[in-house]
Amino acid sequence: MGIVAPMLDNVMKLSVVSLLLGFVGWVVAIAVLNGPGPVLETLIGGLLVGVLYSLIALGVVLIFKASGIFNYAQGSMVLFAALSVARLSESMPLWGAVLLSAAIMVSMAYAVEFLVLRRLVHQEQIILFMATIGITYFLDGFGQMLWGSDIYQIDLGLPKQPILLLKDVFRGGLLIDPADLIAAVVCGLLVIALALFFQYTRVGRALRAVADDHQAAQSVGIPLNRIWLLVWAVGGLVALVAGVIWGNKLGVQFSLSLIALKALPVLILGGFTSIPGAIAGGLIIGAGEKLAEVVIGPILVRTFDLAGGGFENWFAYVLALLFLLIRPQGLFGEKIIERI
Amino acid sequence: MLYREGGQFKTSYGDDQAIFPIAQDRWIMTALVLAAFLAIPCFATQYVYTEVLIPVLILSIAAIGLNILTGYCGQVSLGTGGFMAVAAYASYNIWLRVPLFNDLIIVVLFGGVMAAIFGMLFGLPSLRIKGFYLAVATLAAQFFVDWATARIKWLTNYAPSGSVNVANLKALGIPINTPETRYLFILAVTVVLALAAKNLVRGRIGRQWTAIRDMDIAAEIMGVRPVNAKLSAFAVSSFCIGVSGSLFAFLRLGAWEPQAFSIDRSFQVLFMIIIGGLGSILGSFLGAIFIVLMPIFLNQLPTWLGIHLSTATIAHIEAMVFGSMIVLVLLLEPNGLARLWQIIKEKLRLWPLPY
Repeated sequence: MGIVAPMLDNVMKLSVVSLLLGFVGWVVAIAVLNGPGPVLETLIGGLLVGVLYSLIALGVVLIFKASGIFNYAQGSMVLFAALSVARLSESMPLWGAVLLSAAIMVSMAYAVEFLVLRRLVHQEQIILFMATIGITYFLDGFGQMLWGSDIYQIDLGLPKQPILLLKDVFRGGLLIDPADLIAAVVCGLLVIALALFFQYTRVGRALRAVADDHQAAQSVGIPLNRIWLLVWAVGGLVALVAGVIWGNKLGVQFSLSLIALKALPVLILGGFTSIPGAIAGGLIIGAGEKLAEVVIGPILVRTFDLAGGGFENWFAYVLALLFLLIRPQGLFGEKIIERI
Repeated sequence: MLYREGGQFKTSYGDDQAIFPIAQDRWIMTALVLAAFLAIPCFATQYVYTEVLIPVLILSIAAIGLNILTGYCGQVSLGTGGFMAVAAYASYNIWLRVPLFNDLIIVVLFGGVMAAIFGMLFGLPSLRIKGFYLAVATLAAQFFVDWATARIKWLTNYAPSGSVNVANLKALGIPINTPETRYLFILAVTVVLALAAKNLVRGRIGRQWTAIRDMDIAAEIMGVRPVNAKLSAFAVSSFCIGVSGSLFAFLRLGAWEPQAFSIDRSFQVLFMIIIGGLGSILGSFLGAIFIVLMPIFLNQLPTWLGIHLSTATIAHIEAMVFGSMIVLVLLLEPNGLARLWQIIKEKLRLWPLPY
């Protein structure tokens, strides 16, 4: 029995690497056979969707870093923020709605911190995780009761006409939605802003200190409660940005909080504690699942006589799982060192 | 006065290791089981059977299964619904395609075994991945099964809507078609599995699981093999969850779609063990009772109070109250209802003369 564990380990690693390589090889082969146009277009579309996954994952990473809480409610916060922007903008200009929603998200962060988290300090992680699932249910119900449960629109007034790129390079060119590009730019700016904030401000330093060690941070005089409040507020604001961008793309409805489930594989792929990880993970997952759906999906459907594709629903998770088998802490996660 | 162990001497190792060392506990349990088998069928109505008793018992089995994995072995799983679905569809296919095995007992056992195999497969990553990484990884199982049951036509026997149904169920030649017979069949399965689980977790293998949960590296150094302990926990847990999945599909629903075993089911069972108490068989039952009864109660409450609300509003308020109740229980007693019961027992021993 003694050699089974390392053997299993190696077999697992080898098969995972060959699976991933096989997937990439397949995609490349199809790109060569059918011309690079469709594949490239899918790839770019996937990357842009991945940017949005990253935005949701980013909020979770921020909160996890500073408090060790895996915030399952991030998706519901996105939905809540999007709903409030959508409904408020019916009766006031868009910037007013966004500002007011930001205020709502901050006060919600305060309520969560004051009513729930403050009382659960020093509990086990799974208890905190369950508490955020409770918050999820509450927010879903509350948001829909307050703002209604129909489908709403957020109109940012962005250009709707797709742009045609690289028409001369190969047949067909590339069709890209400008709203997606703007989303990508906003996401990039947000990440840079957060990185600067974490790196160079006093509060950012305090946040990093808390992330490293709660007790040590507290003992040098960093107010833990205020830091948590701050980080939940920032998480809420990131949710607001994500909600507005998603809402502009797809309309605001309940399924928005389900899309947020996609942030979970992004998180474990990138590592729970890494902001660059959330971005890279989002891009890999977004591109991977779209490629799987469009490039490989139809072939599998034909071969195995399936009732439609829908690989997107699980591919992200399996991809993340495969990555994890090679790097258990995720791509950019801190190396897990265990002591007895 | 009534509940104390004074005067009850343990004169053999058997006495010392009994599941219920105190005589009063044994009487209460015997009375409860007898009442469940004999008294309840005398007065339960169909509504009570299908909405309360049957779901509580079936989901208790699932909760016991998840508790073995999460509560005893410390591996958080969010794939419960997926494992239930594997068993439900495995049972459906053997029931449909192999007339020889038309007996409900064989069908349910087959579902459980298939779920156990599937669970071990998805348990393999637990050898490398830990904590929340593993929890999210188990979601892979959940979503893959969701997809497979909706898209692979063979599994649902090419039903155009993806919905399957079963009828004319028999166990040992006895037809199981009334709510009463269903209830009794499920009750028998529950008693057997609960007893087996209780004995497993206090035996050698259960101690291995607990050691792995408390600190896996230390356990490994002390000679517990993580491969054996983790995979056996996944297998036993998935078996229980699978049995409950087959029972849920065959005896509670009768006709079902893949939606019946979505991620919401996984969370429902996870809530049960958190609220009931991690690492407690009794807690699995208490949690199941709480989680099944609360939505029914919340649903009925506006009617009792004479308030008329639209269905959508009721659903939203229900979600809000449900969420707050979960947070509230966690705030007041993070160790769950089982711990509450323990505290009551401690108090009862001294009652009415606490010193």
